[in-house]
Amino acid sequence: MAGQVVTGSRSGLRSALPLLLPAYLWLTVAIFLPLSAMVFFSFMTELPLSGRAWSFTLDNYATFFSQGLYWTLLLASLRLGLEVTLWCVVIGYPAAYVLAKVFRGRSREAIFLLVILPFWSNGLVRIFSWAMVLREGGILDTALNAVLPFKINIDLMYSYPAVIIGLVHSYVPYMVLTCYLTLQAIDDSLIEAGRSLGASRLQMLKRVIIPLSMPGLVAGAALIFVPVVGSFMEPRILGGRTGTFYGTVIEDQFVAVFNWPLGAALSFILLAVVLVILALASPVLKRVA
Amino acid sequence: MRMPKLTAFLTATAVFASALTLAARADEVHVLNWKGYGADEPWAIAAFEKATGNKVVNDFFNSEQEMLTKLRTNPALYDVVMINAAFNDQAMAEKLIQPIDVSKIPNYADISPDKAGSPMLARDGKVYGVPWVWGLTALAINEKSFETPPTSIAEMWNEAHKGRVTIRDDAVEGVQFGAIATGQNINEIKDMEAVKSKLTSLMPQIKTFWSSENDWNQMVASNQIDIGTYWSGSADRAKTHFKLPVSLVIPREGAVAWLDAFSIPAGAKNVAGAEAFINYMIDPKFYVEWVTKVGAPVSANTKAVAALPEDAFNRKVMGDPDVAKRIQFQAPITDAQREAYLALWQELKVNVK
Repeated sequence: MAGQVVTGSRSGLRSALPLLLPAYLWLTVAIFLPLSAMVFFSFMTELPLSGRAWSFTLDNYATFFSQGLYWTLLLASLRLGLEVTLWCVVIGYPAAYVLAKVFRGRSREAIFLLVILPFWSNGLVRIFSWAMVLREGGILDTALNAVLPFKINIDLMYSYPAVIIGLVHSYVPYMVLTCYLTLQAIDDSLIEAGRSLGASRLQMLKRVIIPLSMPGLVAGAALIFVPVVGSFMEPRILGGRTGTFYGTVIEDQFVAVFNWPLGAALSFILLAVVLVILALASPVLKRVA
Repeated sequence: MRMPKLTAFLTATAVFASALTLAARADEVHVLNWKGYGADEPWAIAAFEKATGNKVVNDFFNSEQEMLTKLRTNPALYDVVMINAAFNDQAMAEKLIQPIDVSKIPNYADISPDKAGSPMLARDGKVYGVPWVWGLTALAINEKSFETPPTSIAEMWNEAHKGRVTIRDDAVEGVQFGAIATGQNINEIKDMEAVKSKLTSLMPQIKTFWSSENDWNQMVASNQIDIGTYWSGSADRAKTHFKLPVSLVIPREGAVAWLDAFSIPAGAKNVAGAEAFINYMIDPKFYVEWVTKVGAPVSANTKAVAALPEDAFNRKVMGDPDVAKRIQFQAPITDAQREAYLALWQELKVNVK
């Protein structure tokens, strides 16, 4: 096998093919084909089930632009994505720093385990646990009132903050993991060098640590922002009457009225908007990274 | 060498798996229904299997659209399907269900004539659905919040309940509820603007939109709501089975009524088993046990309702001729109407943010 590789890149590709094939086969079957089918659906008037007549149309995309409702929701979802990403940075970055630079050995492993633990539980279970904590007379309300001398009333359930809390909890591990990887790769001698040259802690952070860990921050932000913009489960369960977002409207089209073409069109508009945002941001991010 | 072997293995697995799914045994009855809705009660299945020798295989759907999709994509898999009468017409038009020979279903004779004669369940003199149970989408209250139960739908708009009202997250139910609140016919809404402004003024009252029985019961159990729209059978279950302080209110303005019926899908393999199962489902013995143990909507079988105790809710309140006058049965809805309702509903939900 090694001999073949030496003979040239063509046969190198050939020998690599069996290794690549499973992954590409899987991507083709599980992602590319369904996604192409959805693109196709989004241009149809009806689903071609049980012999219904259908034709090609652009109406599904036109619907998005003709109704202010979808714009409002898309903007609300983008804002939600930004807020959740911001909170994930605020909470996740310091945790990643402590993990990478302060803890060593066993204690690092233990804390690391705690960070990724939420990943192992089902998403719905996590959301319903939050529901128990956040509601009036729930765990948070009861616990605080038992400790505090005065009476306070905490009812966060079915509100915008509840959606933020639920989503941040679900996605903060991504930020911790990506930042941890880049922070850990920073050579300690760089930090020591900075310190020996008289940099203050803040200067160290601004001039050395943040720039060097920027790739992790950017990767984490992208990993979080994209799914949060399309999220529907958390807003629906925790958001109450404020829980209508772009993702929940897409879900309605698929589940409630069985209008897959419109649902697919709305999804691809979201995909396009997210791609445009990432493309616009990439030069800026590249420069800082 | 390896590849052919692997291919053969994969083929064998595929063939085996499809053989497993296709070879529905002749004495199996495949039933498609909502989960936790009578047909999957373990005691009922055991009794039916013992009496007829048929084995029941349950499958479930979460929305009427899903039910129709399952019928479309799995022809000849199911033997019995439970369809809301308002959707029967669509299933019939798409040839998803077949005519039923009611002479094979002895209990059919006891079904109340107004239900059996429903134009939604028959076409060209043939029966396409056997009425099973009917119920209401009315109001239910948290008994802790009321000294005397309200009688008017206007209670939902009462300032005193601000932030403690719930309504189902369903465009059709929402719009039809609005029609009743504005004194209109739910099947022929003339003044959609009135419905819209009425519902717009309801939105600030809402705590959250519920989507399952569990949502509703949880909110009452933790005393988060006072009043909301609810299904009659679910309110009964909440009280009987979960011992919650819930009671149903049928407002004087009226309520939305629905009729659930059993049908036999086109190409069903075990029609005889299906007929036996439907007959068992509308039998008084099953119904009384269902009401007593679990809580259920009102049977379409007059003898089954008569077998309930005098003061049973399903007999006393739901059987009240005065209630019968107030309620409006849901008629079929076109896809275009459904989409228009959803657009209105989404707009309401967005504007409240």
